[in-house]
Amino acid sequence: MLSRLSEWFVNFRNDFIRIFIVDNRWRYLWNGLGVTLTITLFSLLMGLVIGIIVAILRASHDKNVNSMRPGPGRALIKTTNRICKIYLTVIRGTPLVLQLLIFWLVIMVSVRDIVLIAIVGVGINAGAYIAEIFRSGIMSIDSGQFEAGRSLGFNYVQTMWHIILPQAFKNVLPTLANEFIVLLKETAVVGYISLQDLTNAGHIIVGRTFNAMMPLFAVAIIYLVMVMFFTWLVGILERRLRSSEH
Amino acid sequence: MSTDVLIETVNLKKYFQKGEIKALDGINSQVHRGEVVVVVGPSGSGKSTFLRCLNLLEIPTEGTISFEGVGITNPKTNINIHRQKMGMVFQHFNLFPHMTVLKNMTIAPMKLLGKSKEEANRKAFELLERIGLSDRANAYPSQLSGGQKQRVAIIRALCMNPDVMLFDEPTSSLDPEMVGEVLDVMKQLAKDGMTMVVVTHEMGFAREVGTRVFFMDYGKIVEENSPEELFTSPKSERLKSFLAKVI
Repeated sequence: MLSRLSEWFVNFRNDFIRIFIVDNRWRYLWNGLGVTLTITLFSLLMGLVIGIIVAILRASHDKNVNSMRPGPGRALIKTTNRICKIYLTVIRGTPLVLQLLIFWLVIMVSVRDIVLIAIVGVGINAGAYIAEIFRSGIMSIDSGQFEAGRSLGFNYVQTMWHIILPQAFKNVLPTLANEFIVLLKETAVVGYISLQDLTNAGHIIVGRTFNAMMPLFAVAIIYLVMVMFFTWLVGILERRLRSSEH
Repeated sequence: MSTDVLIETVNLKKYFQKGEIKALDGINSQVHRGEVVVVVGPSGSGKSTFLRCLNLLEIPTEGTISFEGVGITNPKTNINIHRQKMGMVFQHFNLFPHMTVLKNMTIAPMKLLGKSKEEANRKAFELLERIGLSDRANAYPSQLSGGQKQRVAIIRALCMNPDVMLFDEPTSSLDPEMVGEVLDVMKQLAKDGMTMVVVTHEMGFAREVGTRVFFMDYGKIVEENSPEELFTSPKSERLKSFLAKVI
């Protein structure tokens, strides 16, 4: 029994060395991880910026359009709302892989940096989902908060920024964290546009070593550890933000 | 009493649902500096809408409002500047739950009046001292009782040094035993000479503190008089039957 176990360990060690250490193949994973994290981080930032702006425009429309005086302001908010809606419909109505291919081969065909294309593609995609998350957060804040801000003399944008968004952010944090985790894993599709991200790196090692289990499991474990780490991090942030609720 | 007119409304109308509901149906009124105007009337009579129109939380359908001689209903007027001079207190307090009491009170003076943190804090503590809550400066609103919340809401508005304070049923969502502490703060404020417009169901307060009382019904000011006159010798049938129910 003991000898079989030690035999297994020896085999495991040999396989591990053959697959990851020989020819420095672990570098595929290391570099792939870098690509995955770069795309996740920057597309998340881009998605947050797009998402918050779209959410504010949409929520402003939904909350105010019926009480506004006819005029240029009302026309403007109606137009921006319509544009935002088209954006949401198109992005949420088509597959991310397809959007990436279109960015790669049609819209950004002259751009050489594929990581940049992936960031823009994934970021614009994430923005649509983050926008709806933030909009629900903004709509859930009692209108009295808005009135209190305005009655003190804050303008619309200041009230949003100082009073509504901090509360909305706290409310949507769990959903936002979920979106972030989805984003991290969804970047795996950038293999389609010939990027060597973490998943693709695992695939390459399978092709070089004719061993599927170990590289793929290694990739899975790396994703899992990252997701668990971020979940833990968000938990801390949530507890800190909740300190005002005792 | 000075005759300096602080707020004037002319033929103020507010319709909801495309004119089906006439919340305000032609209000002509004046509020003079130093006055405490109390607005009473049955629910749905337009009292709150009237008050909320004064700082344009509701945009009037028709008519004009001038504040300190400026036509604030003119779309070209920057209402944000004038709102800084009109403190407002709400039925549901509307403190900012994600900020401490101190931050609630100092954010507007710091961001809007350009006051330093020290200046804003000094003013805030001075006011907290006056209502006996200086030990709760770092508490969050959820840790306060209803009466404490409303007192903080009042002094939050005072931190902006307003020229008029608007009260929208400030005691209506309080437990009965907490109404007194809020009314006391308001009485003190009136005594200090603050111009106030108060929508309330507290007839005792109207009598004791009010310099003038508006009785509203169906979007109109039906009667307007000194509290003694209005409460002891009502002229209209509607006021008579209203007083019979509430007193």
